[in-house]
Amino acid sequence: MKKRDLFIAVLVLLGAWLVISVIFDPPLIPSPIIVSKTLIEEIISGELPGHFVASLWRVVASTLLAITFAAPIGIILGQSKRLNRVFSPFIYLLYPVPKVVFVPIILLIFGIGDFPKILIIFIILFFQVLVLVRDRAAGIRPELITSVHSLGAGRRALFRFVYIPASAPAILTALRQSVGTAVAVLFIAELFATQKGLGYYIYFNSSTLFNYPAMYAGIIGMAIMGFGLYITVDWLEHRIAGWQFVD
Amino acid sequence: MVNQMIHVNSLTYKYIQGPAIFRDFNLDIERGQAVAVLGPSGCGKTTLLYLLAGLRTPTSGSIYIDGERITRPRPHTGLILQEYGLLPWATVQQNASLGQQIRKFYGPDGTHSPSEPEEKIDVDFWMERLKLPPIKDKYPSQISGGQRQRTAIARTLSLNPDLLLMDEPFGSLDAPTRENLQELTLKLWIEQQLTLVIVTHTIEEAALLGEKILLLKQPPNENPEIIDNPEITQPDFRNGKSYLELCKQLRARMDIS
Repeated sequence: MKKRDLFIAVLVLLGAWLVISVIFDPPLIPSPIIVSKTLIEEIISGELPGHFVASLWRVVASTLLAITFAAPIGIILGQSKRLNRVFSPFIYLLYPVPKVVFVPIILLIFGIGDFPKILIIFIILFFQVLVLVRDRAAGIRPELITSVHSLGAGRRALFRFVYIPASAPAILTALRQSVGTAVAVLFIAELFATQKGLGYYIYFNSSTLFNYPAMYAGIIGMAIMGFGLYITVDWLEHRIAGWQFVD
Repeated sequence: MVNQMIHVNSLTYKYIQGPAIFRDFNLDIERGQAVAVLGPSGCGKTTLLYLLAGLRTPTSGSIYIDGERITRPRPHTGLILQEYGLLPWATVQQNASLGQQIRKFYGPDGTHSPSEPEEKIDVDFWMERLKLPPIKDKYPSQISGGQRQRTAIARTLSLNPDLLLMDEPFGSLDAPTRENLQELTLKLWIEQQLTLVIVTHTIEEAALLGEKILLLKQPPNENPEIIDNPEITQPDFRNGKSYLELCKQLRARMDIS
């Protein structure tokens, strides 16, 4: 995608927002100009950046944890038909369960603080990474394994030279697919038992303070975080797994 | 005994389900010989190659290579498959040095790599020899089938094998590329004094690359049927009369089965 096209799309969306806010003038949709002013004020006051960092930390920490645990398990299951046969029914059952339903339980068990929020995003990403890495590892062509084996590679070298590099793109694909869900669930999780994070900020400004411009500033913060994570994954994908994009 | 490279002794091999592919099968291949294994699909030619490579274990009987019984892949045996043997995420240069990387990874442990550490692995020489430098930074998906096989050959030969096993290595290539690589294989076989076992389903390729042609039939294979083809090193053998006659003979013998 060209940067210029992206820029135009941003302008068109802002324009549409402006038109809607001017024509209908609903109290719930302040114009982007007012929101921008509030956004800048909130950034300068340090209020919004604090919440932003709190949210970002939760997403990044849970992502790193998910990769640390799920990727090795995915590789191990993917290269062993026998292990995969044992565990795949469990994964098959648990994978489609919408993990967001566990938010109340996890909050009840673990209470306040960052941990329950990180845990819930971790669970979502964990399954996504696990399944994609496992399938990628299982899908490696037997000819490739055979020929690397014939060069002298035993199990350890196969991990080092085949399974791990083959899984890197799967991890990134998993992140790309689930970054949106992760941010959405983070929002839900931040509605409860916290006074930090963009979710709390948005909710507090809307339902308690009725400060709609600030609420929108929070929404923009959340959007920027989601988009930023998305392009980071994109960038990493091109850097680490650039071979997928050559022509 | 010194001149014997491959000794297959009373080999029986069967998959868990189905009949035996080989039953009490014996085969001897001399050092430096080029043997083509020819037969229809399902005759067990790839299985035989994998057994020789130490990638399959005989149900009973044994296989000796260079006097040693094979139970796992042997550092001085090279294997080249028809396709998909290269790492898709690695460049030609990286793929060609994979064997070297693996040997470094283990060190000279005698199982994964030879125990004598002074053996020289010259990847650059083989890159040059196979005309790979112009494409060294390309990925396998960016190069032609012939270039991919050249990369695989460079990777394998850089490890100084004495036995080269090839499984229909040129099966997916177009005719001129195939011919070119067949010529190159013959040249390298002589130059490197390799023992060569090449599996093929085409009569012409067997006739061109096999000093001895081992004919496999519908399993179980019990007695090896070997056809001598001493003239393959003659210049212009490909266009000569004896080549055509051999092909005719092979065709006839394959039809009988």
